[in-house]
Amino acid sequence: MLERLKLAWVVARKDLLLEFRTRTAILSAVVFTALVLTVFNFGRDPTAVPTIDLAPSILWVTFTFAAMLALNRAFALELENHALEGLLVSPLSRTSLYWGKLIANLLFVTIVEAVGLPLFVLFFDVPVWHVLLPLVGVIALATVGFVAVGTLFSAMVIRTRFAELMLPVLLLPFLIPPLVGAVQVTARLLSGRPASEVVGWLRLLGAYDIVFVTLSTLLFPHTVDE
Amino acid sequence: MLSAEGLTYAFGPVRALDGISFRLEAGHTLAVFGPNGAGKTTLLRVLAGQLRPQRGCAEVRGGRAAIGWISHQSFLYGHLTVIENLRFWASLYGVKREARDRRAAELLARLGLVERADQPVAALSRGLAQRATIARALMHDPAVLLLDEPFTGLDLAAAAELRRLLAELVGAGRVAVITTHNVDEGLELATDIAFQHRGRFVQLAPRAGRDRAQVADAYRKAVGVSGA
Repeated sequence: MLERLKLAWVVARKDLLLEFRTRTAILSAVVFTALVLTVFNFGRDPTAVPTIDLAPSILWVTFTFAAMLALNRAFALELENHALEGLLVSPLSRTSLYWGKLIANLLFVTIVEAVGLPLFVLFFDVPVWHVLLPLVGVIALATVGFVAVGTLFSAMVIRTRFAELMLPVLLLPFLIPPLVGAVQVTARLLSGRPASEVVGWLRLLGAYDIVFVTLSTLLFPHTVDE
Repeated sequence: MLSAEGLTYAFGPVRALDGISFRLEAGHTLAVFGPNGAGKTTLLRVLAGQLRPQRGCAEVRGGRAAIGWISHQSFLYGHLTVIENLRFWASLYGVKREARDRRAAELLARLGLVERADQPVAALSRGLAQRATIARALMHDPAVLLLDEPFTGLDLAAAAELRRLLAELVGAGRVAVITTHNVDEGLELATDIAFQHRGRFVQLAPRAGRDRAQVADAYRKAVGVSGA
């Protein structure tokens, strides 16, 4: 187990180093986040719908689509010089490969969210400070789930034509439960509702994470083996 | 150490491998000669475990960790430096940090890459990238070497150095399978010779002192094309 985790970190570190060198995906995702928030900020009518009602959905739509950019690149990196073939014939277990990609994607999406959250607060003037810790917790919980599924689908579509189009089409239906949960919890946190109102949604997010991290780990070998 | 029994693999209606069998013991090098499309690359892909044979089986003592594979693709990441690539691939094969650094230094020196160690692979010429590919495949000191046209892109000096290196490795008990369409390239190292044509070994025999002209002649007769 420890050995598998070590090798997963070797893969994740390599992905992060590649991203650090090129900075293409992270910059694209951050710029995309800023642009989407800007569009939503100027595109809404604050007198028609209160900001607090719209803000949670806007936050999660932004995070979801920014994360797609990260997920798209996860296995695209391995197409260069057919590195994926080399990984698959090496003694690296499929589990380590999946976990490595998952760790790298989680760190990548966390960076995008860390930039996006302050921009969200700035644009929408939402009072998050008093619920910052629980909000960060919800973001982490939802992110683990959708990145776990996204990493699996990213591997699945990488050998298909139009992989970048296929990923959102396949992935978005699977993201409905964690997104609904995350939006509901975020809305209640920002409105100062009692904690008892979000327990059910938090359970849903937790269960989604456990089920889909496990399922994705088990299914991953079948998506990459020819 | 390396054996294949009745390997069969087809891409749709095209049989790339058709019942190939052989066995190699330590210290032996099998040179597989064949024209383009004979199935040489498919043979190595099956031996490396990248393709599962539709019939037959291949066995490598030591499993995947024992294989060093030079394919047509380098598997190297263009935005990582040569040394970063070597460290990454060695880590996947469980090579410990100290051994990894020692081995990398040794291979970089042997393959004339010391000054290129900190350059991104994307900045290397084709020949230098091929040398980096060879270093990548040898980082974990594999017991079984699968070499698909390994001399492609190398200049004369690098090709000679690679021959010396491979001769040392095989002399120290490794086994190697070299595929090429050029008789000159693989002959020097070969202890056994196979001619592959349309997925089959039309001839498999020890080299047994045959010189270049004899092998080229046998190749022409077996395959029907020149191997020079």
